[in-house]
Amino acid sequence: MRSLLNFLLRIHFLLLFILIEVFSFTLLFNNNNFHKARFVNFTRQFAGNFYIKTTNLKQYLSLVEENKRLAEENNRLLNIIESTYKSDEIFFRSVNDTILNQRYQYTSARIINNSINKKHNFLTLNKGSQQGLRPEMAVVSNGNIVGVIKGVSRNYATVISVLNLDLRISAKVQKNGYFGSLNWKGEGYQTAILNEIPLHADIQRGDTIITSGFSTIFPEGILIGFIKDFEEKAGSFYEIDVELSTDFKRLNNVNVIGNLLQAERKELEKQAEKND
Amino acid sequence: MIKLLPRYVLSFILLVFLQVFILNNIQFSGYINPYIYVLFILVLPFETPKWFLLIIAFTLGLTIDLFSSTVGMHSSATVVMAFFRPYVLKVISPRDGYESETLPQLRYYGASWFIRYSVILILIHHFFLFYIEVFRFTHFFATFTRAVLSSIFTIILVLISQYFYRKDTRR
Repeated sequence: MRSLLNFLLRIHFLLLFILIEVFSFTLLFNNNNFHKARFVNFTRQFAGNFYIKTTNLKQYLSLVEENKRLAEENNRLLNIIESTYKSDEIFFRSVNDTILNQRYQYTSARIINNSINKKHNFLTLNKGSQQGLRPEMAVVSNGNIVGVIKGVSRNYATVISVLNLDLRISAKVQKNGYFGSLNWKGEGYQTAILNEIPLHADIQRGDTIITSGFSTIFPEGILIGFIKDFEEKAGSFYEIDVELSTDFKRLNNVNVIGNLLQAERKELEKQAEKND
Repeated sequence: MIKLLPRYVLSFILLVFLQVFILNNIQFSGYINPYIYVLFILVLPFETPKWFLLIIAFTLGLTIDLFSSTVGMHSSATVVMAFFRPYVLKVISPRDGYESETLPQLRYYGASWFIRYSVILILIHHFFLFYIEVFRFTHFFATFTRAVLSSIFTIILVLISQYFYRKDTRR
């Protein structure tokens, strides 16, 4: 205690100096608006930097929540854009009844199980019949093809991935409309084979392959991939290697597309076959 | 020492008057604004206790501040100057130290000593004051020029004042 007092006594000059200076600055900041503003500005900038850092961290931690919210928002928007509705042109009457005209319905789902290394790959979604999913709905991710729903339980759905030897998809070359059937050859999760494109079709490497819309499952124009290589097969068809645009290794959130008119169309097509 | 008190009180009032009513109204070309009131701190006796030096500097600065509505600015600068005064005195002390019964004035220790002494302290005061006034480091050199030019004028005024003292005491 005594040495502390001695110490304080020894530096009393410095202490007093600091005290008076602090006091002067307090007066300065409290009585001069300019200096006050500068001081507040400085501290605010300092605090602001700190806040930005913490906010960044918080945002990072809530990314999952945010992604979910965005996926839902996306669905809402996809459900109201024009292309989800049947074009009015095909009606003789032109009634703008959006409920009646809606052709595709979107909903989001998250992949909870996924495989890419088997010959028959399936994915599992976190939604099922209770959330409105039915078999034969299309599954896409950001407009890229993923697969088709095969079976649903109350809260889950299994999806046949494009990476499955059993799945055949009706696909076409975007620039000229030649269509064929696409299926996976069983090796490499990045390529699939498109068959049945006639030899006279003008195709080049890099051409875009999309869904044809001929099946009742996929809407037209879902991106499948790009032509990587092609060769003539015995007969009069090309065998085209398609580089899939979907990265199956990091799929997470997907959109499920339900065709609201699927039953009607199937009914009609069955009748036509029967009548044949 | 106590007999000096009336003189210092008088010079305090005189310097504040001079500063507030005359020099604060002079601004040569927007740059130069001499602050003669620091003379008061310069000429305080050697024996002044250090803590008293700080308090008196604060009082003087605050008085100037109150008249020029810059509360805190002059007081902080003057206190800084007073803080450095003992160290400067120590550094530039003559070989055989300061004699008792003398004051840090030109007539006791000569022009060369006094110029060194006052130049150092006035520069400290002015630089502190001018940078506190603008309170930023942009326009660094503009502030620098202002501080230097004003210091030169203050130094000239302080030196002139020393010759007044001289005549005054001889009378």
